[in-house]
Amino acid sequence: MANLSYLKALNRAVADEMARDADVCVFGEDVRVAVSNVTAGLLKRFGPERVLDTPISEQAFTSFATGAALAGVRPLVEFQIPALLFLVFEQIANQAHKLALMTGGQTRVPVTYLLPGSGSRESWAGQHSDHPYSLFAHVGVKTVVPATPSDAYGLLVSALREDDPVVVFAPAGSLGVREDVDLAALAPVPLGVGRVHRAGTDVTVVAVGHLVQEALAVAEEVAGRISVEVFDPRSLFPFDWDGLAASLERTGRLVVVDDSNRSCGIGAEVVATAAEEMRLLAPPRRVTRPDGAVLPFAPALDLACQPSRAQLRAAVEQVVRRPVGDGWRRAE
Amino acid sequence: MADDPSDPAALYRTVALIRGFEERAVQLVRAGVVPGGIHPYTGQEAVAAGSCAALRPDDVVTSTHRGHGHVLAKGADPARMMAELAGRATGLNRGRGGSMHAADFAVGVLGANAIVGAAVPIAAGAAWALRRAGSDRVAVSYFGDGAVSQGVLLEAFNLAALWRTPTVLVCENNGFATSMRTADTVAGSIPGRARAFGIPARTVDGTDPQAVREATAEAVARARAGDGPTLLECVVYRWDAHHTWEHAARPRYRSAAEVAEGRARDPLEVQGARIPAAQRAAIDAELGQLLDYAVEFALTSPHPDPASALDGLYASGLRGRSGAGVR
Repeated sequence: MANLSYLKALNRAVADEMARDADVCVFGEDVRVAVSNVTAGLLKRFGPERVLDTPISEQAFTSFATGAALAGVRPLVEFQIPALLFLVFEQIANQAHKLALMTGGQTRVPVTYLLPGSGSRESWAGQHSDHPYSLFAHVGVKTVVPATPSDAYGLLVSALREDDPVVVFAPAGSLGVREDVDLAALAPVPLGVGRVHRAGTDVTVVAVGHLVQEALAVAEEVAGRISVEVFDPRSLFPFDWDGLAASLERTGRLVVVDDSNRSCGIGAEVVATAAEEMRLLAPPRRVTRPDGAVLPFAPALDLACQPSRAQLRAAVEQVVRRPVGDGWRRAE
Repeated sequence: MADDPSDPAALYRTVALIRGFEERAVQLVRAGVVPGGIHPYTGQEAVAAGSCAALRPDDVVTSTHRGHGHVLAKGADPARMMAELAGRATGLNRGRGGSMHAADFAVGVLGANAIVGAAVPIAAGAAWALRRAGSDRVAVSYFGDGAVSQGVLLEAFNLAALWRTPTVLVCENNGFATSMRTADTVAGSIPGRARAFGIPARTVDGTDPQAVREATAEAVARARAGDGPTLLECVVYRWDAHHTWEHAARPRYRSAAEVAEGRARDPLEVQGARIPAAQRAAIDAELGQLLDYAVEFALTSPHPDPASALDGLYASGLRGRSGAGVR
């Protein structure tokens, strides 16, 4: 067994895919010295024709990767800061994502966009702390948010093998997570398949990215009183609706914890879909950043905007006590 | 030799093909057959005809929202192109792209693009990948004078020059960004945009197919030799509206006298004068039949099945959830 870090898992996924497929190339700022650590060792192993330092020119190199993909390359594009996705939303959502349909299926665009360090890094302030995965799920770009090292490996490998654009958000809050794994057993994780990290019978907590760890902590805190099932969708688009429905068949109650802004966020989508189509015994709840939040600089202000363990615990306790049908139902 | 793209008759044929296609397409817009309207290319045909004549079939191009000419000149089937404008299942894009997104990968057209300037980095990336694959193929990116004020285009110039991608940058300066005159939107000059990045640039008479072909041939040779991108500013005049919507809305931004003066330099006449009258008449007759057939093909082609509206959205075949909109 090896004690694998989340960052090393990402690095290993890229290296393994580059070794497996000569068409995989890496574009990004400072990828040769591996400022993010994700691309460490790749230049030495695969050479400058496959690991390209780009100018600080996000819009051009994002569509450059699209063009390269049209001509047979499978680019991985690394962005150091999640807010850069706002800059290249046109290039991803309006160009790469739309080409397959607009051409009537004549082409495919196998580009992976990797965000190692998405969300708050505490006091990186307003323009470096966003977690814009809901935007991509909304437009239908394949969007994944791994929570553990083995999932980070498996989902990134799958993203690199996809023939469609995929955005991989590696939450800053996950980068330090470590996991004991058998390296030989690391395997691709299919997009669109969720994971139950902990089984339970009273309430399903859908947790995105690094909040899986928070959900597991809350589940442990309330264990004995409330049986919490922790469901990690892993992909936000496609979303594992069947997996969620199965979980709600077991629990009938739902809390979503999601480190993005509340209005029109992925949490709203999960709650709405559950309300329309799934078994719910009580009104569901969301724990998110506030509506329209911009993360302030001071650490206490930054933290005040992020979903907290206390908020999640309160939501879990509330949802199991909410009125159902003709009376109040309380978890045993 | 009629098959030689640099043959004066072949160049004339391409110009006339585009002209005839555009005239029919505008009629079909007015008849309500082509939905959404089009951005007519009339008056600019020499750029597409001349530049594509300097390319090999395996070279690739990216086009613009005013892209019919480029797509036809690169070799797409006019009948399938017309069917695409009419939104039919037999269209180049199976009715998913329409006028602004026409693509034909079989002849190297990587797609017309409705965001000005957006395709330039796509072309540069494709050129880079083609070279990486060991070929000497080149990518031509067409864009208008309106696009040269977009940041992504200038970023792409930097990348293409820095990495010496085999890219030819063809700016069609037709005088207007929608209604705004080039002089009111472009500080400095269009060749100056390229020269700032060390990219050789020259201005070409965009109404002369042969002049465009010769300039493009030089740029292509440079690209194939590994010497990187070249910019050609092709000066033309847009005869028709920015978009056929103007035929109804009639925004006033140029005088009839100015339009008449612009039309005086007609690429069709410029090239037509270079071939015998009998040969020109024969080409015109052949094209008349071909384009009549294209219209008939478009009009008699089936509309796409609404249930297939999202076919091709994902290469992986992923479908949206049922009940979420496709009837």
